[in-house]
Amino acid sequence: MKYKVNEKGYYGDFGGAYIPEMLYPNVEELRQNYLNIIDDADFQKEFHQLLKDYVGRPSPLYLAKRLSERYGANIFLKREDLNHTGAHKINNTIGQILLAEKLGKKRIIAETGAGQHGVATATVCALRNLECVIYMGEVDIERQAPNVARMKMLGAKVVPASSGSKTLKDATNEAMRDWINNPVDTHYIIGSVVGPHPYPDMVAIFQSIISEETKKQLIEQTGNDQPDYVLACVGGGSNAMGMFYHFMDDENVKLIAVEAAGKGVSSGFSAATTYLGKEGVLHGSRSILMQTEDGQVVEPHSVSAGLDYPGIGPQHAHLFKSGRGQYVSITDEESLDAGLLLTQLEGIIPAIESAHALAYLEKMEFEGGENVVVCLSGRGDKDLDTYIKYFKL
Amino acid sequence: MNRIKQLFQEKKNILSIYYTAGYPNIGDTIQIAEALEKSGADMLEIGFPYSDPVADGPVIQASSKKSLDQGMTLKLLFEQLKDLRKKVTIPVLLMGYVNPVLQFGVENFCKACAEVGVDGCIVPDLPMVEYEEFYKGCFEEHNLSNVFLITPQTADERIHKIDGLTNGFIYLLSSSATTGKNLEVGDTTETYFSRIKNMNLTNPTMIGFGISDKQTFDKACSYANGAIIGTAFVKAIEDGNIEESVSGFMQKFKG
Repeated sequence: MKYKVNEKGYYGDFGGAYIPEMLYPNVEELRQNYLNIIDDADFQKEFHQLLKDYVGRPSPLYLAKRLSERYGANIFLKREDLNHTGAHKINNTIGQILLAEKLGKKRIIAETGAGQHGVATATVCALRNLECVIYMGEVDIERQAPNVARMKMLGAKVVPASSGSKTLKDATNEAMRDWINNPVDTHYIIGSVVGPHPYPDMVAIFQSIISEETKKQLIEQTGNDQPDYVLACVGGGSNAMGMFYHFMDDENVKLIAVEAAGKGVSSGFSAATTYLGKEGVLHGSRSILMQTEDGQVVEPHSVSAGLDYPGIGPQHAHLFKSGRGQYVSITDEESLDAGLLLTQLEGIIPAIESAHALAYLEKMEFEGGENVVVCLSGRGDKDLDTYIKYFKL
Repeated sequence: MNRIKQLFQEKKNILSIYYTAGYPNIGDTIQIAEALEKSGADMLEIGFPYSDPVADGPVIQASSKKSLDQGMTLKLLFEQLKDLRKKVTIPVLLMGYVNPVLQFGVENFCKACAEVGVDGCIVPDLPMVEYEEFYKGCFEEHNLSNVFLITPQTADERIHKIDGLTNGFIYLLSSSATTGKNLEVGDTTETYFSRIKNMNLTNPTMIGFGISDKQTFDKACSYANGAIIGTAFVKAIEDGNIEESVSGFMQKFKG
C-alpha cells in the first residue's frame, strides 16, 4: 500500500485538496462518502454488471504476435480500445455516474480534451437520464469534430472554453468555475487522476479494473500474473494509473509511463511534464507541472489532444519521485509512426495517445521472452484526420 | 500594531477595493493605490495574477491575463511595491493563488511582504490544514494576516475554526460563485448574513463578491464591518485616465 493515498489525501509529497472555499463542501461531501459508496455490495454489483453488459468488459488481453516477433518479447495489448465509446474513459464515468446518483445529484459536468471523456460522460448521462454539460477547449473542438458531434447527439451541451490555450487545462478551469457556481445539485466527473483529493484516488479505483483483469488474464495465458514490464501513456494519467494499480506493489514489475514529448522535449512545444515540470499546485492538487519560474502554468503541446495537459496526477508524481515508475517521452512523429506500425502489423488503428506507449517499445532492449503489457487505451477513429494529414493518405 | 487591526478598531463601514496588479498597464500598480486612498478607499487588495484563476469570473480572468502578458511576476510586483509605504498609509493585502507563492518560496514571500509593508494575504486555494501546518508560523513571524473565505455553505464548526486561525478579518462570500456575479440579497442571503453576525466571531467580517454600487455596499455594511469591491472596479479602470476613472468610480460610494 505504500503508493496509495494516505488519510490526509496525499501520496508522499503530492496530492491534497488545494481548492477555494466555494468548492470545499462539494469536495468534502465526496471525500466523506466515496469509499463507503464504492465499497457497498449493491454499488459493486451494479458497477460490474454495467461494465460487463454495457461496456463489454472484460476487455481482451491480446498477445500481438507480429509485434512480438518484431521486438523479440511477448507483447500483450490490453484492449481498452474495444470498450463501448472506444477508450478506457468509460470505466470511470460509469463509476462516477452511479456515485453521483447515490449523492442525489441531478446535473453532471465534465471537462474533455480529445473528447473521449466527454463522450464517455455524455453516454452515461444519456443512459441514466441526467443533464450533461461538457467543457471543451475551442482548439480541441476544432480538431476533434466527430467527438463533438457524438456528444451533441447524446444530448450533452458542449460549452467551448475560450480562455488560455483553449485546450484541456482551460476546459478544466471552466468546469471548476461551473461547479463553484452550482454547488448543490451538480457532480463534476473529472476524467483523469487529477484534481483535489479524493478525485485522483476515486478515478484510479474505477480504472483499476484494467490491471485487475490483466492479472487474471496473464495467469491464464502465461501462468504468471507478474509481467516484466507494463507500459501506458500519460496525460493526466488515468489509463496508466488503471494499468499500474494492481502492479504497484509488485516491485519486480517495471512500470513505464510514456509522456508526450510533442515536437521534442526542448522544442518549446511539448507536454513531457516530468522532464520539463517542477512541483507545484494545479487544479486542486500538489503535483508536478510545467510552469514558469513565477509559477504560471505553461501551455503544453502534443499532437494528441488527450496528452495535451501541463500536469500529471499526484500519484504519478509520487511514482516518479520515488523511482517506482520510469517516466519517458515520445515525440509526435514517433507516436504517429508507431500508430501506423500497429495498424499494419496487427490490423488495429490505435488512438494517438496509446500510440505513444507503443512507440516506446522501439526504444527498449529485450533479451528475449520477456512479458510486456501495453495499455491500448483507445482506438484511433477520432484521429483519422491527423493520420491522414501526416501520412498523406 | 498591524494596520488591518487598527482600521477595524477605528472605523465602521469599511470600503475595500480589489484590483489586479499590472493592469490596465504594467506600471499602474502604485498609481492606482495612491488614487484609491485619495478617493476614500479604506483598504486595498492587490491581486497578483495567475494563469489559471479558477475562482474568478471573466473580468478578473481577463485582467490577470493582460497583466501576465505585460510581464507581471511576483518578483516585479514586490519591486513595484518597494516604496509603497512612502505613498500609501491604508492597509494593503495581496490576493492570489497559491502556486506563484510556492514557486517564490513561502518564506521569501512573507519576508518580501513584510519588507514592503503589506499587511496581509488572501490565498483562496490555500487549504486551512496546509496553512496551519506549513504557513501559519511564517505568516505570524512577519506580522501578516491571512484571510480566509467562507460561503453560505460553510458549516458553523468550520467558521469557528477559521475564526481561530486568522487575525485580520473573515471574507464572507455573498454566494458560492466565481467573482463578478451580481449580488441579489434575497431571504436566504439575509439569513446567512444574520447567522454569521449572530455567531459573535472574534474577527471582523467583510462581505465580498457582487458589490457594485452604494445600495449593495450599504446593504452589506448592515451585516458586516464593510464590503469588498473587485470586478466592478476592475471594469471601471479598463481604459482612460487612472486618476479620473478611480475618483469617478469612488464617487458612487459617497454621500
